Amino acid sequence: MAKHHVSMTVNGEPVEFLCETQQTLLDVLRDELELTGTKEGCGTGDCGACSVMLDGRLVCSCLVLGVETEGRHIETIEGVAQGSELHPIQQQLLEDAALQCGICTPGIVVAAKALLEQNLNPTETEVRYWLAGNLCRCTGYDKIVRSVMNAAAKMREEA
Amino acid sequence: MGNEPKIFTKTYKWVGTRPVRPDGVDKVMGRAAFGADYQLPGMLFGAVVRSPHAHARIKSIDTSAALKLPGVHAAVTAADFPDLPSEVSAGGEAPVNFRHVSLNVIARDKVLYEGHAVAAVAATSPGLAAEAAALVTVDYEVLPHVIDVLEAMQPDAPVLHDDLYTSGVDPRPTTASNVAARTGFTLGDTAQGFAAAEVIVEREFKTEAVHQGYIEPHAAVATYAADGMATIWCTSQGQFMVREFTAKLLGMDISAIRVIPSEIGGGFGGKTTVYIEPLAVALAKKSGRPVKLVMSRVEVFKATGPTSGAWIKVKVGAKRDGKLTAGEMVLKYQAGAFPGSPATLGGMTGFAPYDIENASAECWDVVSNRPKCAAYRAPGAPMAAFGVESVLDELAQKLGMCPLELRMKNAAKAGTRALYGPKFLDIGYAETLTAAQVHPHWSMPLGPHQGRGIASGFWFNVGGPSSAAIHINEDGTAEVVTGNPDIGGSRASMALMAAEVLGIDYAKVKPMIGDTGQIAYSFLTGGSRVTFATGKAVCEAADATIAELKKRAAKLWKIDGQHVEWRDGQAWSTLDDGTDRAPLPLAKIAANASKTGGPISGAVSINAAGAGPGFGTHICDVEVDPETGGVTVLRYTAIQDVGRAIHPAYVEGQLQGGAAQGIGWALNEEYVYDAKGRLQNASVLDYRMPVASDLPMIDTVLVEVPNPGHPFGVRGVGEVPIVPPLAAVANAVSRATGVRIDALPISPPRLLKKLVDAGKV
Amino acid sequence: MEAIQYARPSTIDDAVSRLSETGARALAGGTDLLVQMRGGSVRPRVIVDIKGIAELRRVEQTPQGFRVGAAVAGAELGEHTAFAAQWPGVVEAFQLIGSTQVQGRASLGGNLCNASPAADSVPALIAAGARCTIAGPGGKREAAVEDICVGPGKTSLAPGEFIVDFFFATPPAHTGDAYLRFTPRTEMDIAVVGAGVCLSLDANGRCTAARVGLGAVAPRALLVPAAAAALVGTSVDDAALAKLAAAASAACQPIDDKRGTIEFRTRVAGVLARRAAVAALARARGQ
Repeated sequence: MAKHHVSMTVNGEPVEFLCETQQTLLDVLRDELELTGTKEGCGTGDCGACSVMLDGRLVCSCLVLGVETEGRHIETIEGVAQGSELHPIQQQLLEDAALQCGICTPGIVVAAKALLEQNLNPTETEVRYWLAGNLCRCTGYDKIVRSVMNAAAKMREEA
Repeated sequence: MGNEPKIFTKTYKWVGTRPVRPDGVDKVMGRAAFGADYQLPGMLFGAVVRSPHAHARIKSIDTSAALKLPGVHAAVTAADFPDLPSEVSAGGEAPVNFRHVSLNVIARDKVLYEGHAVAAVAATSPGLAAEAAALVTVDYEVLPHVIDVLEAMQPDAPVLHDDLYTSGVDPRPTTASNVAARTGFTLGDTAQGFAAAEVIVEREFKTEAVHQGYIEPHAAVATYAADGMATIWCTSQGQFMVREFTAKLLGMDISAIRVIPSEIGGGFGGKTTVYIEPLAVALAKKSGRPVKLVMSRVEVFKATGPTSGAWIKVKVGAKRDGKLTAGEMVLKYQAGAFPGSPATLGGMTGFAPYDIENASAECWDVVSNRPKCAAYRAPGAPMAAFGVESVLDELAQKLGMCPLELRMKNAAKAGTRALYGPKFLDIGYAETLTAAQVHPHWSMPLGPHQGRGIASGFWFNVGGPSSAAIHINEDGTAEVVTGNPDIGGSRASMALMAAEVLGIDYAKVKPMIGDTGQIAYSFLTGGSRVTFATGKAVCEAADATIAELKKRAAKLWKIDGQHVEWRDGQAWSTLDDGTDRAPLPLAKIAANASKTGGPISGAVSINAAGAGPGFGTHICDVEVDPETGGVTVLRYTAIQDVGRAIHPAYVEGQLQGGAAQGIGWALNEEYVYDAKGRLQNASVLDYRMPVASDLPMIDTVLVEVPNPGHPFGVRGVGEVPIVPPLAAVANAVSRATGVRIDALPISPPRLLKKLVDAGKV
Repeated sequence: MEAIQYARPSTIDDAVSRLSETGARALAGGTDLLVQMRGGSVRPRVIVDIKGIAELRRVEQTPQGFRVGAAVAGAELGEHTAFAAQWPGVVEAFQLIGSTQVQGRASLGGNLCNASPAADSVPALIAAGARCTIAGPGGKREAAVEDICVGPGKTSLAPGEFIVDFFFATPPAHTGDAYLRFTPRTEMDIAVVGAGVCLSLDANGRCTAARVGLGAVAPRALLVPAAAAALVGTSVDDAALAKLAAAASAACQPIDDKRGTIEFRTRVAGVLARRAAVAALARARGQ
């Protein structure tokens, strides 16, 4: 058989799919699983629009083969909000007007969440370097960086 | 300096506030559907065959091997498209020649740049489509090519179009060349002006082609039914533009095409024309199945429009006190493979911030073997401003004068005649200079190897055709339908203006972007026009809705309509007949609509005039590493007259984003070609747009000098902020190093070489 | 077209056997291979995912030194506090490769075997004197890192051979390493020049040993003994640093390309070697 049968979990739910070797995790998410919240901006790992968590680590899903994810746990933008309750980072991005066109936003949300899960009190420089792999062409990053820091501050208060 | 910024004194309930945008939740959750997010049952995937050569004659194209592959359903070439005559019409952001658009979408006899489309195929999977594309054989006769604008102007340069004769020169040339057009503007007498000058500064400048760099590649899904009706779901800056251009290129009636706009993942002017949409329709027609075409990032770089690289010469003359006596500009812009660079716009805008009695601009539009340029945020203006604002900085240094003072002394004001013709009405340029002077950034101390640059910029902003429809729902909430893709928060602005005029809560207003079948024609999202022109349409639609609401209230009250006023979202009776009539809230009128004549709505289509020109002034601090030529931007402040900020946070965002793009243009972005005319850096790794760690916070100051042409005083804001940064950064580097920057990008190898050559290290 | 096969061996022997097949390519982090496949420059017949082999995924410390699996990702190595404390220069070089996202995947073995002259980790590995264990059809062998790459995209590995791990011998007391690169952007960029320096001091602060590696200035990353010799026996003073910089510049055989010029690379190689030496010196002094 030319296609691989792969089982993994996405946002906590077990899923199975068929893919060819060269199909990336990004292709699988978008084309096979219809999870189109993860975006393709470059396909070469240089823009971060396809950011997802792979077994708890932030990766570009365009640089992971679908077949590599057998038995792995994937978290995508679709799993960030709890039902219709937004994650504090999502809420804060909205309140700070930290998105314009919105195409980079899912990747920014996933990456920023990964940062705050390991560092709830990042400096501006830490936020900027952590998000350096997430290109945004609209905002000049100002409002995004502020918003991630604002979200961190709110999460610290609630923690 | 005396001129205090004029600030609005009138306050509004909604206009000027910062609520969450209506489409925000979908965008932070990944639910918003962008161009590549559409899927249809039975959909095929397309791939485009592109030229590996910069310039070649197409001897033959053979798609038979591709079509034999199981699962490949269609292939198209230029033979499947009508051979359009040369015909110029208004469209996009500038006049459009549909023959050129057609030849750019799919090459007919010649390929004119690496990446030029020559054929397209559709198959059952993206992988199969790519395989099929590789099986299309094209026999090329490779021709000599030319990349550089000055070389392309030489008489012995390879000629791209044998029917291109320079327009605007007398006598008209009898031989074809790459020089498409010469345009020019003159005010007063520059010879006299320079004769009167006590100081003259003259310098040549060069900039490279840069790409808009939107993160979302072009994407479209098309269907074509047996009745000849096509539907396109795609990302663009204008669904009506896609409809018109596609109809033209395929010889279809406009009514046979419906375009449903997706969310748009950035455009900045780059999505104001068609590339893959007509190909998707042609493939859908041939295969009888829906076809999806999505560009790769490489295709975006190689086959969509960057903006022109430019060669510019600027000369200014002034009195010792700084008063400008004359200004002269020559601009030679790359158009790419087909005519239509924004050279003329450069000539119109460069001197616009200044009151100069004697000025001229000479603009040349030049084709070469590069992708056809597309609009990019204030097309043509940043390069011209780079030249003018650099020369003014040098003039200030020569005069020993503060560069802000020099600009203030010559600032255009209401009544100043611009080089390009009109006399300005109310403008806020001087106010931006005053705001710069009092901003703490301007007086912050600088350390070693640090420098501060300032520069100003101008953009016209446009109006034009827009439509809006407001539907009052049964419960008193409202739908606001417009025809402009929301590229940066315009739904929020439309909702705020509608809420303000109607007098209802922002949360009760639902803004929507209609497809071409749901709303009347609206010119595309570009020219900084949406909040101004479409916003004006929304205000007028709200007025029309209120007129209807007043009629309905009168009916409910059984009084004459002239006795009804609208205030705070309620109808008030002004009839003094002894009857006490409690005001009727909108919701109550809506609930009773069926008793008073049926659904309540208001729709208008306008051709918005009175767009207010915008001016900005930016301050930039840099630090230069003299050993490596590395430049770090330490501080950045963008100040702009925005007329009236409807949603100030998104206005600030426009200033910050424009500044960031301009900083990238100044420091690192460029198209790099090899000797064969092939693009060397077609990736976001090697095409170096700023990343988060490259930039500081970008402070903004919104100066609000109302535009009399808009109900709330709105001026366009999106384009002005990319005009000053090139020169602001270059002036900062010049002052940090003592070496005048005359070429962009100021990449480290270039800067280090300049420092070494000048003996500075 | 023939389907691309995918194999995920769990032993070195199985991996050697699959990698010996025609058109086989090893997959570790995939940050280069997937990009090359996407760009159409590579179409493997079989992809051998070597991350299922335990030896390639572990970091081991013994009194002799650290052994780091070739498929350990940058983020993982950075989280190994003992390694990061001993080899900060290697970690900083490794972590300059790509974004946070790429760090979650990119491996030392992949960065070396991709054989880009500009690979960030390689000059630091060379400076650190790292040696690799290579498995192949002929069994295991060892080689110095500087002997792996022979030119752009080319390695000295024979068909079927792959790198299992890197060994970093425990350095003498008062040793420090550092890596610096020059890129136009602060992140997400390819080195225009890279310089790794590792040096050891005696009790009097004299340099007893040094290694200098340079990247992006020749067809492959260079070990520059002349630059190291400029430091040995000195207190790493300004005169020694100037000699080091001159030797580093003299060792360059760069090209002009989209990222930089010959002139720029040659000059900046000296600057960065000097700055990296200053950083390594501070670490050797425990500062």
